[in-house]
Amino acid sequence: MRFLIPAALSTCFTVPAIAAEAWVTNEKDDTVSVIDIETQEVIHTYETGERPRGITFSRDFSRLYICASDSDTVQVMDPDTGKILHELPSGEDPEQFALHPDDRLLYIANEDDAITTVVDTKDRKVVAQIQVGIEPEGMAVSHSGTIAITTSETTNMAHWIDTDTHELFANTLVDSRPRHAEFTADDSQLWVTSEIGGTITVFTVEDQEEIGKIEFAIKGVRQERVQPVGMRFSPDGKLAIVALGPSNHIAVVDAKTFEVKKYILVGRRVWHLAFSPDGKSIFTTNGVSGDVTVVDMDSLQAVKTIKVGRYPWGVAVRP
Amino acid sequence: MFHRRLCVLWMLICILTVSAGSAKALDVKVLYLERQLERPPVLSTLDAHPDDLGRAGAELALYENTATARFLGHTYTLDTVIIAPDENFGDVMREALADGHRLIVAHAPAEDLLALADHADAQDALIINGSAPDDSLRRDACRANLLHTMPSRSMLTDALAQFLVKKRWTDWLLIAGEGPGDSEYAAALRASANKFNAKIVGEKIWRFDADMRRNAAQEVPIFTQGVDYDAVLVADEIGDWARYVLYNTWLPRPVAGTEGITPLAWSPVVEQWGAAQLQKRFTDATGRGMRSEDYAVWAALRTIGEAVTRTKSADPKTLREYMLSENFELAAFKGRKATFRHWNGQMRQPIPLVHPRALVAQAPIEGYLHQVSELDTLGQDEPETNCNAFRN
Repeated sequence: MRFLIPAALSTCFTVPAIAAEAWVTNEKDDTVSVIDIETQEVIHTYETGERPRGITFSRDFSRLYICASDSDTVQVMDPDTGKILHELPSGEDPEQFALHPDDRLLYIANEDDAITTVVDTKDRKVVAQIQVGIEPEGMAVSHSGTIAITTSETTNMAHWIDTDTHELFANTLVDSRPRHAEFTADDSQLWVTSEIGGTITVFTVEDQEEIGKIEFAIKGVRQERVQPVGMRFSPDGKLAIVALGPSNHIAVVDAKTFEVKKYILVGRRVWHLAFSPDGKSIFTTNGVSGDVTVVDMDSLQAVKTIKVGRYPWGVAVRP
Repeated sequence: MFHRRLCVLWMLICILTVSAGSAKALDVKVLYLERQLERPPVLSTLDAHPDDLGRAGAELALYENTATARFLGHTYTLDTVIIAPDENFGDVMREALADGHRLIVAHAPAEDLLALADHADAQDALIINGSAPDDSLRRDACRANLLHTMPSRSMLTDALAQFLVKKRWTDWLLIAGEGPGDSEYAAALRASANKFNAKIVGEKIWRFDADMRRNAAQEVPIFTQGVDYDAVLVADEIGDWARYVLYNTWLPRPVAGTEGITPLAWSPVVEQWGAAQLQKRFTDATGRGMRSEDYAVWAALRTIGEAVTRTKSADPKTLREYMLSENFELAAFKGRKATFRHWNGQMRQPIPLVHPRALVAQAPIEGYLHQVSELDTLGQDEPETNCNAFRN
């Protein structure tokens, strides 16, 4: 819609920038920072509810969903104006969420309540609440839309939810403090990061069997500090990029062989990451240093640091 | 006692029967054994002494263990036995062992722990010490069936020493009381000073029998006169007098030890590394902040839970072996996994250094290196151990 504003009107109204943007939640500032991917500068800072963490766009990028954890709500923002349009009932302490491919159902991990809440973003109603393990955190929905995953940090499991019945059909143990889950593009595998365990566990989706465990070791960094948290697959599906928390590095993993190809130094306590729309760079949120590192995917080098608010956590990109 | 919301959750968990697939049913029976003590009088009237200290940690851990267990077809039973100050520990202990308890989380002083660990019926039991900080229990008086989630005194004072030395506050004036544990705390401080190259430039015993609330401003400056020091280290475990030393010293210097900058297993001010969630669960359930004993007891029962989940066994021997192995890890909300030292059964863990309103630092302090784990820079390390019970 943003691109369809008639040229004649553009003289009267400010036309929203059409350059791609990276949106970053600042957990301790209660704001989001908007980074222009072209100029690599912060162009807007908008206020949010308390302790914003998870962040994601609707399929057409016309709506931005923000987990305002301490306000116990999911806020819906108009990304063109930075205005909060309304709030969604989310259950207590929403931390992360995943939008179903139907663009309507939002699966929310309620960290303090051991519950996954399913919210209809259109009717603004809670559709289901599913009892999971303690401190649910990571959320993922398969590309086919049939399976949702919640990882629970204290129970150390990935909980497999049937999105038709909203019931659990499997619970698989992983290493300590699972943080994040991602399906591969073909939905054949599920990857789960474990922060304290220091690993990624790979499951085949079909039978929920563990088929691989990825470990990380960075020269000169104590093993205890290597803590996998956020991760993303590259748009071509060949690589997985993993944020390794207080080791201040991200790992580049071959998605086929599970081999770690490279570690890249970024800012301090790296949480989450997102690819630019063209897949040529990746943006990492660095909680302790309060900045975002831009990594060039061709050279696999960190090329720029962008100062944002205090404790940047989540990041989402819109073209 | 438990907050309503937790209770509802709890009931939900009990009612919910999730198909456990091929998982085998397993009931894990744990005893929480607490020895209550008479508290010596202290000068201040301001301190709250929660009745459920320690026990509240067990209840929270039970809730957490059960949340995982229901997905595996496991169940937990927690029996709570509290021994009043005038009751005979031995009698109650024998009864509990005769009842078949072999997984025990203990909140009791060192002599009771040893009596328990040495009892004939406890030889195939696994006891986890969630309260006693005595170094002797990790050294020559260690017992193979006794593990520790409470840090030892020397872990605490090593943590403090690392911080002070990093700040270059290396000359210490040591003031020790005559209360229970004070001389042990002072001894641990001396050993830590030696280990990390700090210097004790003066040592005093606190013998004032006046009421310091009225005259600290007059007495403490004179008491702390005469030597040049970078910090005043206080050993006053029951919290009797050391609080009146702060800001009343002759030289404008920080106070650390059992008051001021304090090394602890846990404190309500710890909030990083997901700790905010644990604190909230605890406060929702109890209406108060989580303290070191709550944390150590919580960690003890969570350790059992973690070992049961991974080994799918409730056999004390199997669990102990797993806990002491490299495979064991507990997410302990301090930023690094907690594991156990296989040579004396002590849980490795970071030590927060706090004041009542915030975390000051967390040890191991950056820069203190170790060939195995930086956490082993805190407390007695393997090469210097004289604990023989863990040698096979």
